[in-house]
Amino acid sequence: MTLPADLKYTSEHEWVAVDGDIARIGITDYAADKLGDVVFVDLPQAGTPAVAGRVVGEIESTKSVGELYAPVDGEIVEVNEALADDPSLVNSDPYGAGWMIAVRFTGLPELLSADEYAALTAE
Amino acid sequence: MTEAPDGTARRSPLDAVHVAAGASFTDFAGWQMPVRYSSDLAEHRAVREAAGLFDLSHMAEIVVLGPEAAAALDHALAGRLSAIEEGQAKYSLLLAEDGGIIDDLVVYRTGPDRYLVVANAGNRIPAAEALRERASGFDCVVEDESDDVALIALQGPRAEEILREVEGFDIPGLDGLRYYRAVTGDFRGHEVLIARTGYTGEDGFEFFLAPDAAPALWDALAETGAGAGLIPCGLAARDTLRLEAGMPLYGHELTRETLPHQVGLGRVPVLGKPGGFVGEEAVAAGPAADARVLVGLAAEGRRAGRADYEVFAAEDAADAAGVITSGALSPTLGHPVAMALVDPALAEVGTTVFIDVRGTRIPATVVTLPFYSRKKS
Repeated sequence: MTLPADLKYTSEHEWVAVDGDIARIGITDYAADKLGDVVFVDLPQAGTPAVAGRVVGEIESTKSVGELYAPVDGEIVEVNEALADDPSLVNSDPYGAGWMIAVRFTGLPELLSADEYAALTAE
Repeated sequence: MTEAPDGTARRSPLDAVHVAAGASFTDFAGWQMPVRYSSDLAEHRAVREAAGLFDLSHMAEIVVLGPEAAAALDHALAGRLSAIEEGQAKYSLLLAEDGGIIDDLVVYRTGPDRYLVVANAGNRIPAAEALRERASGFDCVVEDESDDVALIALQGPRAEEILREVEGFDIPGLDGLRYYRAVTGDFRGHEVLIARTGYTGEDGFEFFLAPDAAPALWDALAETGAGAGLIPCGLAARDTLRLEAGMPLYGHELTRETLPHQVGLGRVPVLGKPGGFVGEEAVAAGPAADARVLVGLAAEGRRAGRADYEVFAAEDAADAAGVITSGALSPTLGHPVAMALVDPALAEVGTTVFIDVRGTRIPATVVTLPFYSRKKS
């Protein structure tokens, strides 16, 4: 299970890459693995407000449905259109081509470090 | 119920093999079983196009043995098990007095006076108890041998070709072995029951053998089949495979509250057997006129209706007219499919219904089951 050290994480199994006032968001390798093969990702339109803790998208696998929570407050400025054609990117490259949304955030809550997230998912 | 005495989850005799193969596990009826090894979709595809290997050691094996074993099963189960020949298998139902389904089973006649009843893992205790109770007036014994039997399934169009190449597996009856027939063979000194049965909609075999011998057979099948495209498959792929094939799953399509006729299994009970069977009166009376019936649903797009989602007659209907029992985006067909219990008014093929997918009503069409049938050669 890969866990890039330069990313931040949430207890809802999202990763957050902060660059200036933009947070790029996806789900972790752990979450993608738990879901199984992702077959459909339902993402909001760019321009939609994001409210931390609220559901902004759905990730469907053959077995189940996962929810994407907004980890930050702000405005969704970009969504990964490539996932419409190839949702399997979430499994094959969760921290890269499988990213989901980019949010121009107005505030950044406390997020988990890679070590803290690893501790959370260690059973 | 099927938990180990200390309350922890049970582990298959093949557990170490699965761990070494990198499987992800899920709890299933008190067992930790592989849900997938790498990819559900790749495993599903392998079974449709080449072959897949499944560990089904969690399933329950109950042996009924004695001069009146056939008569006992005719009384205990809905079908006529006395009519099957040695070496033949039959799908059957264990019904409650009120006709509700306690379990669905595959029964193999393994000798003139011996039957092997394969029950769902989650129904091991009620199935064994009902069989024991119902057989009590007959000259036979009922033994729950689940702990002494491992079960491996080899499924897919290349299954037979792979099986024939396994070194040290001697199956004299393999030539001409038909669907729902079983023979005994010898794998490196261990007796194996080889049945041409399965739960995927493909050709294939199921192997019953001693737990000690199971890892060697698993490895031999995996190694022999690797070049032909065989991969190990978990319960996730097994579920989508059986759904496409329109096969019911206990706890979803089949429950204590459903009668056989409601779920397309009206052909299973045989009325008028000498002595009758438990549940016969209720089966003969049939379900209520307004009782829901099992249908297949097909939809467009990629958002699948899933188990427990409600079905409506119209986009704006207030009251549900059905409920999905199993549903997924069909890996083979590429669109959502589901089995659902719906009001009789909606059961006709071609009817448009609406599935409530987490607040959005998605149109779907009633279609004939199964969704997928293999091309028979």
